Amino acid sequence: MKKTRQKKHTVKKRTRPCIPTSDRITKKEALAMLRSADLLDLGMTADNMRKQLHPEGIVSFVVDRNINYTNVCINKCTFCAFWRDEDARDAYILDKETLFQKIEETLDLGGTQILIQGGLHPSLDIDYYVDLLKSIKARFEINIHGFSPPEICYIADSSDLTIREALRILKGAGLDSVPGGGAEILSDRVREILSPRKIKSSRWLKVMETAHRLGMRTTATMMFGSVESAEDIITHLDAVRELQDRTGGFTAFIPWSFQSGNTELGAKGKGQRARNKKDQRSKFKVQNPVTAVEYLKVLALSRIYLDNIDNIQASWVTQGLKLAQVALRFGANDFGSTMIEENVVASTGVSFRTSKQEIINAIRSAGFIPAQRDTCYNILRTFEEGA
Amino acid sequence: MLDKIRNKVLSGKRLTEADALKLFQSNDLFPLASLASYVAEEKNGKKAYFVRNRHINPTNICVNRCRFCAFSRSIGQDGAYELTIAEIIKKLKQGRAKSKIPFSEVHIVGGLHPEWPFTYYLELVSTIKKNFPKLHIKAFTAVEIDYFSKISGLSLEETLTSLKRRGLGSMPGGGAEIFAPGIRNRLCPEKISGERWLAVMAAAHKVGLRTNATMLYGHIESYEDRVDHMMKLRRLQDRTGGFQAFIPLAYHPKNTDIQGSYTSGIDDLKTIAISRLYLDNFQHIKAYWVMLGEKISQLALKFGADDIDGTIIEEKITHSAGALTGEQLTAEQLSDLIIKAGRIPVERDSFYRKVRRAQ
Repeated sequence: MKKTRQKKHTVKKRTRPCIPTSDRITKKEALAMLRSADLLDLGMTADNMRKQLHPEGIVSFVVDRNINYTNVCINKCTFCAFWRDEDARDAYILDKETLFQKIEETLDLGGTQILIQGGLHPSLDIDYYVDLLKSIKARFEINIHGFSPPEICYIADSSDLTIREALRILKGAGLDSVPGGGAEILSDRVREILSPRKIKSSRWLKVMETAHRLGMRTTATMMFGSVESAEDIITHLDAVRELQDRTGGFTAFIPWSFQSGNTELGAKGKGQRARNKKDQRSKFKVQNPVTAVEYLKVLALSRIYLDNIDNIQASWVTQGLKLAQVALRFGANDFGSTMIEENVVASTGVSFRTSKQEIINAIRSAGFIPAQRDTCYNILRTFEEGA
Repeated sequence: MLDKIRNKVLSGKRLTEADALKLFQSNDLFPLASLASYVAEEKNGKKAYFVRNRHINPTNICVNRCRFCAFSRSIGQDGAYELTIAEIIKKLKQGRAKSKIPFSEVHIVGGLHPEWPFTYYLELVSTIKKNFPKLHIKAFTAVEIDYFSKISGLSLEETLTSLKRRGLGSMPGGGAEIFAPGIRNRLCPEKISGERWLAVMAAAHKVGLRTNATMLYGHIESYEDRVDHMMKLRRLQDRTGGFQAFIPLAYHPKNTDIQGSYTSGIDDLKTIAISRLYLDNFQHIKAYWVMLGEKISQLALKFGADDIDGTIIEEKITHSAGALTGEQLTAEQLSDLIIKAGRIPVERDSFYRKVRRAQ
């Protein structure tokens, strides 16, 4: 298969199918695989697909920093340990001086991107975001990957704009691409339990479709291992695949597992396990923490099902470097970001910290060629042996 | 390439050292895993074992200075510690009081203390036995046994017999590191040679003590060195049959002299699988979760391992060198890992017998 790297921020009219459409697995087949296929069979199939898509044996990563402009959030999702009320003692909005300093440090470390995300802060309107973006772009040449769909919707709603209008304004101010967070599980049954105040699946998909139509690339994520069923995971994968068929705008898919520390949902799960059953009032059961076997199964199935998405990310932040290395043989071809700074997962008590050099070493010792990429997965530099 | 090796395994033929080396050099991860799983199932069915155990490290004061070790100290050095027998008994009592179901095995290994006499160890074993008659004592690496024999002037067999008489139940497999002399001299110049390590194990097996065997990999050794190491173990096992489990130990780089990096998760899994295939006379391959991490240990059950060790409770040696794991897992957590890997969890005693407990 001929590999053509995308130029910045252009969206293909239709993505070439990576495997013939007729060979696509159906939802029913995917469900059967998730439920009962052997891990090694799934892994081998995903590994073969990864080899077909990325025959060069390159595993990429981006050098970036997660900047969370505020932790104030009206959504208060049960699986999140990061949010605060506006009047909480440790509630914050990042001041510009700190923000610029963080960006400067990122550039010094060879960074090409900042991921800007925050809570849904009730006192910020679109002018704040426009100013934020413009002031960054006036000072720095850096890709701004920012504002997940729940934020985009909140910004639009609080300024009486349509999603399209809000995205156009943000894009005009300097927003380059949109991260795929806030997808959680794209099944409203699950969202009702996890995050009743968060946008529903259809709106998440609408934001992504609109962004793609405006020529912005985005990623898609999935947080699994909380209260969803196998069917919900397949529903999620199918929604992403269906949209990608129409727009081709997703650069990558990033599945990760629910990290329960310091969260309402985690506490609930612990209580249920201690009583050894779900409580009578509760309509759902919180799953035991996702183990390596389950993580790799979902990862491999994602590679197999999402035949129209080029890149699958391994999540070393939630899984650790060793399992992330193994994930490279279970369908993943990207190591995500070096995350000079990360706050959201860290607030659950999980903190796998690592340096760019460690990431390069980890990719190499897993048998791949490490390469730094930009936001749109263009390779900037490969690190051959000894580099 | 793998086809030839697969045919050998399926027809029950032994792999040669060249075969094992080929497997290390190969990238065919999935056929390797399937083959190793097949062998593991032939030997132990769908079962995967764990044990309720507790680790005790009586002292970190050690006359050796192994380059890969971040645990050892000199007398008087910052962080040096010594536990009295009374303190050890207290730790064991506290541990047993805390849990409804007490641990069934205590695992004791420590530094080579320059001043403690052999009688300390004899008394340690007999005092534990007196206080906890049903507790299995698995203690002292071959390196410690050799040291005891030196400080007591007794032969290896006499040393072992006197410990056994007082209640030593079995021995762990530590201190093997890598046998190849060139590497061993750079890693741990003061430590007993590979030959001596094997001689201690042969003596232990002879007096009726079962032991484990380990291999520390991922530092400065080559694949050839790993194969050489396993070859020597297989040879001794042919003679004595006294080894219970083989335990590959992933090197940890923090706070050590040789530094370097952590092993890759893929290397960990390959090493488990290859040891399962090559060591056909070992009944068990253990994925020791403290060193591999609980995630890789769970995956190891799909790569030929049938044991993930135990509850541990307190662990000092690997944690001195930057362990990425906690110090304990509950029996429920261990069972959950095993079940999710598609195996049947079996709580074992120190001889791999299923523990039966009145409800």
